[in-house]
Amino acid sequence: MSAQNRTFGTALWDFFCSLKLTIALLIILSITSIIGTVIQQGRTPEQYLQVYSERTYQLFETLNFFDMYNSWWFLSLLGLFSINLIACSIKRFPRVWKTVYEPVLVPSDSLYKTFSNIEEMVVAESQAQVREKIVSQLSSKFAAPVVTQEGEKTHLFAQKGGYSRFGVYVTHLSILIILAGAMIGSIFGFKAYVNIVEGTETNTVWARGGGGDIDLGFTVRADSFTVEFYEGTSRPKLYQTLVTVIDNGEVVKDRRPVIVNDPLKYKGIVFYQSSYGPAGDPTFGFRIRNRATDEVAEITVRAGQRVPLPGGGSFRVADFTPNYQAFGPAARVEVFPPDGARPRSFVVLQAFPDFDMQRGGEHIFSMTNFGQRYFTGLQVAKDPGVWVVWIGCTLLIVGSIVAFCLSHRRIWVTIQPVGQKTGVKIGGSAHRNQAAFSIFFDDLKKGLKDELKG
Amino acid sequence: MPGQDLFSTQIFNYTTIAYFVSMVLFIAFIATRNKSVALVATIIAWIGLGLNTAGIYLRYAESAAMGFRQAPLSNLYESVVFFGWSILLIYLLFDLKYKQRAVGAFVMPIAFIFMTWAQLRLNDAIAPLVPALQSNWLTYHVITCFIGYAAFAVAAGVSVMYLIKVNKEDDGSSSSSPAGGMLAMFPSTKILDDINYKAIMVGFPMLTLGIVTGAAWANYAWGTYWSWDPKETWSLIVWFIYAAFLHARFTRGWVGKKAAYLSIIGFAATIFCYLGVNLLLSGLHSYGA
Repeated sequence: MSAQNRTFGTALWDFFCSLKLTIALLIILSITSIIGTVIQQGRTPEQYLQVYSERTYQLFETLNFFDMYNSWWFLSLLGLFSINLIACSIKRFPRVWKTVYEPVLVPSDSLYKTFSNIEEMVVAESQAQVREKIVSQLSSKFAAPVVTQEGEKTHLFAQKGGYSRFGVYVTHLSILIILAGAMIGSIFGFKAYVNIVEGTETNTVWARGGGGDIDLGFTVRADSFTVEFYEGTSRPKLYQTLVTVIDNGEVVKDRRPVIVNDPLKYKGIVFYQSSYGPAGDPTFGFRIRNRATDEVAEITVRAGQRVPLPGGGSFRVADFTPNYQAFGPAARVEVFPPDGARPRSFVVLQAFPDFDMQRGGEHIFSMTNFGQRYFTGLQVAKDPGVWVVWIGCTLLIVGSIVAFCLSHRRIWVTIQPVGQKTGVKIGGSAHRNQAAFSIFFDDLKKGLKDELKG
Repeated sequence: MPGQDLFSTQIFNYTTIAYFVSMVLFIAFIATRNKSVALVATIIAWIGLGLNTAGIYLRYAESAAMGFRQAPLSNLYESVVFFGWSILLIYLLFDLKYKQRAVGAFVMPIAFIFMTWAQLRLNDAIAPLVPALQSNWLTYHVITCFIGYAAFAVAAGVSVMYLIKVNKEDDGSSSSSPAGGMLAMFPSTKILDDINYKAIMVGFPMLTLGIVTGAAWANYAWGTYWSWDPKETWSLIVWFIYAAFLHARFTRGWVGKKAAYLSIIGFAATIFCYLGVNLLLSGLHSYGA
């Protein structure tokens, strides 16, 4: 390797190790991320062309703005960010390791000068006595010190919370683990959805983003779908599908309720309640009483189907709603008189069977049944990387709490003869939360003074 | 549900009044330099926090009485009231530690504005939870996020003070000028910088926890822990900004004013994440509609 190459290599390494690069990347990532929150992601070209002009559309398409979080340039930014993270950690880790596990045992005067917590005193007791007292004080109040003899001088070193210096590396590592988990998920997993009509089954689901059918390897049946509303309102209370899973002809999950916030999991594939809708026209059961003869007929019709009425004429359900102003199912019925006169139209509510009596018509309608078949929309996901992501998240939280809340505290003591007496110099430092350490240090100092002079 | 006459709403009115009085007194303290004014302002802020706490508990009880056993964090009104509570909690904890009373004049207005907005503009009716929100994750997610937001609010207030103070000092004006006199009650730039940093050190892990609980919940409810929904993306943007702030501390040329600006931009992004996304963009977190 030529000298020039080495310089280039060093320059590149320094570039990747630079904290300025980190800050720049974080700011670039935050600014570019805004784009995808303003421009809706993953829509069809038709939908975009309704909002943007042809030229704008082309430009955005070229820049990958419609799927920006998966674009080469955004992923490259994340890649560069990861390299920066790794390089910074590699560069700084050995120094931190040394600070904690190979500490300075023989402090110089210049080291003492860097401490904001320092105390010097001269006491009458012998060096050995002083040493013994300080060792016992430190051991009981702080941590057992390492004793190093250097000529006439005795040095003590004690530390606590050294591991807190590694919190930041745990945090950095956790981000890489999360990204790795996301990568595993996108390579080995899938995101899909499926609509199943009540009473029917399927063994394939549809990949999102148009990836085609995915074979589940087992069969899923939607036995029934229910939607419930809070009483007297149109505010939804519950969406629920009863799902049966059949694997190799054997029922392995029997009518398991799948609701929002409680998915069903089978063989690593998870089914989530996501949407619903009507499947085909509903059927209506009516009890129709002839006012004059008191004759009662039970008739079931499909929406729109015209059916003869007992005693002449006919009727049909012209319109309906599954929930009319929070009163439940309602149908607009049209009655065609036998003489071919104009049909009469009125509303029948299932919740009020006697309501139609007041209309004064020839036939009194009550709705006894509203049979709407629904399809249930299930999201289907398989993500084998999710556990990796959770491990990463746990480490991220533990790491950042350790990094921010705990501190590495160190105390050095140098004992040396000063004429006939003994000189003691104590210095301490904390890499975080200096205020709390100062209070502790003052307390320790006072204790030592009392002990040595008292 | 119209026609609810809630006692909790009344308590929140008193809370708002307490925050207002406290705010005015903190400003008066800066003008008069009278320490007892600051003490009274602090006591009233504590009373306000007490009322705010009582109001939130009462609202929980009122929901339960209607048959909805749910944490009072279910709609925009409740979240804003909880935001006010969080700001006061973080502010008063920092006050216990630093006792820099002038800070109150820059933090209390944030809490006051939000409470006033909730009381005047937002729908305070109690409504049961829609299926998407029926989860214990809601509570963990909202509490962690809002403690984080509140810490950022304190940091931003302190950063504004820092910039005012530094700019005045750069002008070279001494304490003889009237503005210099007002600044007498400001903590030193060193302390302001320290509070800013400490507040973000509280807020950042909380925000991280908020994002993680949100991801865990999304994974449980929707099958994907991250879908680049605008709310998620904005929370990540906020996270990036404060991560930049924390790393800026170790980088020459990025301390001082730049850090203060980052803190203020971070809080602006936080507010956009909290409100702007709901009011201006479309996505999964549509409780603000």
